[in-house]
Amino acid sequence: MSLISVKNLETKFDNRLIHEGLNLDIKEGEIYGLLGPSGCGKTTLLREMVMLQKYSRGTIKVLGYDLNTISHNQAQSLRRKWGVLFQAGALFSSLSVAENIALGLQEYTDLNKKMIQEIVAFKINLVGLKQSDGLLFPSQISGGMKKKAALARALALDPKLLFLDEPTSGLDPISAREFDSLILKLHELLGLTIVMVSHDLKSIYDTLDKIAVIDNKKIIYEGSLNNIKNEKSEFIRTFFKANL
Amino acid sequence: MSGNLEIKYKGTELTLFFRGEFSLYNISHFETQLKTLNKPSLTHVDIDLNALTYLDTSASLFLNSFTKKLNKNNISYTLICGSKELLDTLNLTDKYSNKNDNVIPSKTSFIESIGKKSYDNFLGLLDFFAFLGKLFSTKIHLIRNFSSIRYKEMAFEINESAIKALGIIALTSFLIGLVVAYQGAYQLKTYGANIFIVDMLGISILRELSPIITAIVIAGRSGSAYTAQIGAMKITEELDAMRTMGFDPYLFLVLPRIIALMVMMPVLIFISDIMAIIGGMIVANVDLDITVNMFLDRFLIAIDIKHFYVGVFKGPFFAFLIATIGIYRGMAVKNDTQSIGFNTTKSVVESIFAVIMCDALFSIIFTNLGI
Ligand SMILES: Nc1ncnc2c1ncn2[C@@H]1O[C@H](COP(=O)(O)OP(=O)(O)OP(=O)(O)O)[C@@H](O)[C@H]1O
Ligand SMILES: [Mg+2]
Repeated sequence: MSLISVKNLETKFDNRLIHEGLNLDIKEGEIYGLLGPSGCGKTTLLREMVMLQKYSRGTIKVLGYDLNTISHNQAQSLRRKWGVLFQAGALFSSLSVAENIALGLQEYTDLNKKMIQEIVAFKINLVGLKQSDGLLFPSQISGGMKKKAALARALALDPKLLFLDEPTSGLDPISAREFDSLILKLHELLGLTIVMVSHDLKSIYDTLDKIAVIDNKKIIYEGSLNNIKNEKSEFIRTFFKANL
Repeated sequence: MSGNLEIKYKGTELTLFFRGEFSLYNISHFETQLKTLNKPSLTHVDIDLNALTYLDTSASLFLNSFTKKLNKNNISYTLICGSKELLDTLNLTDKYSNKNDNVIPSKTSFIESIGKKSYDNFLGLLDFFAFLGKLFSTKIHLIRNFSSIRYKEMAFEINESAIKALGIIALTSFLIGLVVAYQGAYQLKTYGANIFIVDMLGISILRELSPIITAIVIAGRSGSAYTAQIGAMKITEELDAMRTMGFDPYLFLVLPRIIALMVMMPVLIFISDIMAIIGGMIVANVDLDITVNMFLDRFLIAIDIKHFYVGVFKGPFFAFLIATIGIYRGMAVKNDTQSIGFNTTKSVVESIFAVIMCDALFSIIFTNLGI
């Protein structure tokens, strides 16, 4: 079953065309990667999928909802089924890490305080933070910790679908590998479908099932990593030249 | 930075000897030397780089463009250079130099820039209406689903933007009452009309001064804070994060702030009334020998309660203007830090202007209604 399908997408900023006739299809249980040169519109595509940005033409379907015709209530329920990890974390700066994670649980469920605390503690462990980190505020933790905390927040409501924008950028190689294995673990444990943008070759090879390469406003390759070396595109050749 | 250029003529042929270092710092020096060449008579140029010890990329860019110029003028040239590194530098700069003509941003004429500015302002206005529309629809939604009002955020905002402003508002109002009374007293004394200080103070403070002063302090203190807070949240993508989690920023951030200010503004104006009158009373007592009892007696007779109501009535309107403009400006922040400062300034200026406009409007309306 395909969880996300994008058909004939066109995006324009003023007169600059970013996407034109872009199609892709993401199936349940995949770890799907979006690749491409800087400025080709990966972040933009991700933002369109999570309804943060309007596109000018085409259709995007997420979990069966057509984003063109979705109603307010449907959109609200859709938003509870996904988690989004922003590039810089985007933790709420007025709340502690634990409160950030708890927010969705408090708003959308009728769980009691104790249960929420327990869930928060579990998520904190799951992403590899210490319990004491939960008391800190976003301004008091490091970049890597922010990413982990933001991941814990994205996972708070046990979403089916996880969007990650450059999850390993800005992390040291060891933390980056830890993050990769965390994502693989979550994928295995929770059966998540994951859509991520990445430039990190190691993490691409380690985690992704399927990739889509965007260049020149279109998808120029969609498929598994095994056949990618035969592609003729300049970007693909240069990018995957480094034999890992 | 030792480097020099020797120019040797041999009929219509010319040899340029570059020696020592050729870098950023002596390009202009060599350029003036080369300018003195008399080009039309030349047929061939030898460029000798053998004695060059160092060539940086800027200098090699310069050399490349010099040889190109020679080509254009139909003068042949030979590059005499034994060092591979120097040649590599020359090739590298040639490869990455800007081949196409420079993109020159088209100049805009005065008229065009006026047009563009006006159109931008027009778009800004439309944006503001869209914001108001969204606000209105959220309000309607709130009235229908009463339970989704964010009491906690509202209480927090009431404390942050109103209760904590009490001190400064009380002090400012007290001082204004003092000053106005003092200036008035001086004039009234010459006519022996001392007791009328009460009429003067009562009406001007209750009706106009207190609401305006409160509004200005709140605009400078809380309105600007709204802009900066929400702007910063926009830059750090916190607003986007809220949206993807299904928390409507209008419900969580915008309405609590607006409602908090609208509820608290009349209270603040009331406090400001009290403090300003106390200030006036002190001056009346010291300067005009009007005792507190006399002052209050006269106050009861001369000042109609309607003046108080008029002043307090304006509060929620001023509060709405200040809060909406502050928040709208915060949402208008773009993805750079400069725009926070720009929008905060705008927010304060625009909200004070809007408050004064609104006050003028009320003035006309109330006068015509005979209130
Ligand atoms: N708000 C905006 N207004 C105008 N143009 C924009 C806006 N956001 C993005 N763009 C343009 O859209 C294009 C794609 O941007 P996007 O951020 O999606 O790139 P990206 O593929 O994520 O690049 P990177 O790998 O560097 O993150 C860029 O050319 C950018 O200039
Ligand atoms: Mg990006």
